[in-house]
Amino acid sequence: MNLNQPINLIQIASILGAAIAVSFGAIGPALGEGRAVAAAMDAIARQPEAANTLSRTLFVGLAMIETMAIYCLVIALLLLFANPFAH
Amino acid sequence: MTASPLQLSVVFTLGPVAVTEPVVVTWFLMLLLGGGCLLVTRRLALHPSAAQAALELLVDALQGQIRDTMRVEPAPYLPLIGTLFVFIFAANWSWLIPGVEPPTAHLETDAALALIVFVAVIWFGIRARGLRGYLATFAEPSLLMVPLNLVETLTRTFSLVVRLFGNVMSGVFVIGIVLSLVGLLVPVPLMALDLLTGAVQAYIFSVLAMVFIAGALGEAAPSQRRAGTSEKRVVR
Repeated sequence: MNLNQPINLIQIASILGAAIAVSFGAIGPALGEGRAVAAAMDAIARQPEAANTLSRTLFVGLAMIETMAIYCLVIALLLLFANPFAH
Repeated sequence: MTASPLQLSVVFTLGPVAVTEPVVVTWFLMLLLGGGCLLVTRRLALHPSAAQAALELLVDALQGQIRDTMRVEPAPYLPLIGTLFVFIFAANWSWLIPGVEPPTAHLETDAALALIVFVAVIWFGIRARGLRGYLATFAEPSLLMVPLNLVETLTRTFSLVVRLFGNVMSGVFVIGIVLSLVGLLVPVPLMALDLLTGAVQAYIFSVLAMVFIAGALGEAAPSQRRAGTSEKRVVR
């Protein structure tokens, strides 16, 4: 990127879009994961003998929730590195 | 690593075929894992050596996981699931060797792995229920669900790709950025976190493959299934 040339509006929009995608996309999964872990803790406290099954299910569930944040990350990377409008 | 994570660096070309870095690392890992297992299992003994005991422990743990998750006898699924887990685990941790970038941090490797799972789900589904029976599962619980079920089959494969790619690649990427900012010792906790993420992602990929395959099997093996659950109840 040459700094002398006038800054492209599309680049500004892409960077802003990437930042917004990641930051706002992280909120929902964070809340969701917090709830999931809290519920799992609760369940393990009630039934410590079921901890194995619970933690396995928890891990899979967390991965599912986390995927939403990862989607946002991928969108951000597409905007930054593979933007079809930037060239 | 500040270059685009979506681009691949070509190591050498074999005639018209460009061989990229992830392919080289993948083949190296395959040789290492396959050769290592061959070496260890060549002389199996009743009183196992340390390496044989470690491998037996791994296979036993995998069998237990498959039995717990799928509620069926693990034998037909162990080769696929076990290979997936071991390979992804090794690939996610391969950046411990300096200069090596994990092949799972590139979209193509993950797409190939997810494609294997996609085909395996169909294969095991058809083998357990027959072609007609497997196709009938798409019309469950009602005929209205056919488009949704079809879309779900594709999107869950896609999410397998993106999940593994996003997690591994973001770890590599963040370490690259931090390394370029502060250098010595600061990235070490992040690297430890990356090791954890890599192991968890390998586990999750294989668990999801198990869940998808078990879903395709459905109630096809009710006797085994019931035996599994009653056994569980007794254990409790």
